[in-house]
Amino acid sequence: MADNQKAKAAASQKKLRNSLASPRGPGGHGQRLAPERSLLAQALIHLGHTVTDRLWRLGFAAHFFVAVLLHSGTALRRFQLTIREIYFSGTLSIIIILVSGLFVGMVLGLQGYDTLERYGSSEALGVLVALSLVRELGPVVAALLFASRAGAAITAEIGLMKATEQISAMEMMAVNPIARVVAPRFWAGVISMPLLAALFSAMGIFGGYLVGVKLIGVDVGSFWSQMQATVDFREDVLNGVIKSFVFGILISWIAVFEGYDADPTAEGVSRATTRTVVTSSLSVLAADFILTAFMFRGL
Amino acid sequence: MNRATLDLWVGVFVAIGLGSLLFLALKVGNLSFAASGETYQLQAKFDNIGGLKARAAVKSAGVVVGRVAQIHLDPEAFVAVVTMNVDNRYKFPRDTFATINTSGLLGEQYIGFDVGGDTENLKDGDTVKKTQSAVVLEKLISQFMFDKAAGDTGDVKK
Repeated sequence: MADNQKAKAAASQKKLRNSLASPRGPGGHGQRLAPERSLLAQALIHLGHTVTDRLWRLGFAAHFFVAVLLHSGTALRRFQLTIREIYFSGTLSIIIILVSGLFVGMVLGLQGYDTLERYGSSEALGVLVALSLVRELGPVVAALLFASRAGAAITAEIGLMKATEQISAMEMMAVNPIARVVAPRFWAGVISMPLLAALFSAMGIFGGYLVGVKLIGVDVGSFWSQMQATVDFREDVLNGVIKSFVFGILISWIAVFEGYDADPTAEGVSRATTRTVVTSSLSVLAADFILTAFMFRGL
Repeated sequence: MNRATLDLWVGVFVAIGLGSLLFLALKVGNLSFAASGETYQLQAKFDNIGGLKARAAVKSAGVVVGRVAQIHLDPEAFVAVVTMNVDNRYKFPRDTFATINTSGLLGEQYIGFDVGGDTENLKDGDTVKKTQSAVVLEKLISQFMFDKAAGDTGDVKK
């Protein structure tokens, strides 16, 4: 019952500092089942335990999110802390974003041209490339890359700090680790994500331009002018920025939470890192569906 | 890494990010027109606007001079009322003819102004009197088919 112990450990850690009300774990549910129970009962108990555990963890994550927000005063006042983290999660991600943006744009150019050509409207290539990048691919692919590059790093770093008892040491010295370690990383992710997504979209459009105009020979005038006539700043560009902002919050939240909640062992940290990448990628895609439904279909 | 170098690189990152956002806004989106200066409002009534949408272009001689602000149905006359924001730099005579055109076969629809010869210009809030509705492709085809069917009466000249 590693989960339960972990939950209790986390809860007691929380109790140490009175800034958070102590969350209660599922408690007695977790006792291993008495052997005389029937198979069905065992399965049901297992199911119930899993569900309660998940729900409890979700609640803990939400609680943690509020705690991060409440303790972000230091991160924003002593902005140098956050700048350091922006360097690690933002600046160092530039290269991967630039290269993948360029390639995604070039592929869009090739594929889009191939399809549009059949309908004799290859001039609309600019529109196709720009709209798909600004609305969807830019925010989503940049977020997936960001989750696996920066999110995983944040989780591993915080998890290792916990494993090597640096977090506990901070608490001993009456330094709030949420304010000092977690909040700067959270805000750095939130700030970096929209910038990276914009960079990805811009680079992708440039890649589409390279392939469409320079390589294939679509008319340069209609490439840009149709794009400008169709892409709306508020409707398309701004909605893309809002999307990437939401993704930034999601990824950073999941990354810092998984790190803070990791089992303080080598295995625990590695599992937490995996969970960060999987959970944040899935939630980015799910959130993208919800946001798109509201933004572009006007539900 | 010392503080100044860190700040420098973060500054570079933020500048690049904001730069690409600016690129998206100005070069990819059409913020430049919406932001540039004053516009005045004109209205036009059409029997059928086809696929015209808000924010479609208003063009004269092919040059974009404004955008469609709003479209609604006149509940009494049952005609579509299109409100347009036209750039203040361009004035049009009162007998300007507004048509709904399509750019290319599959392109989007826009309003075209064919300029008349009146000495007085349209002012803010005026209504363009002479309009021509959108060409609805289905109607055109069915008309053609009926004409073909009734070909022996001599309606169709080849």
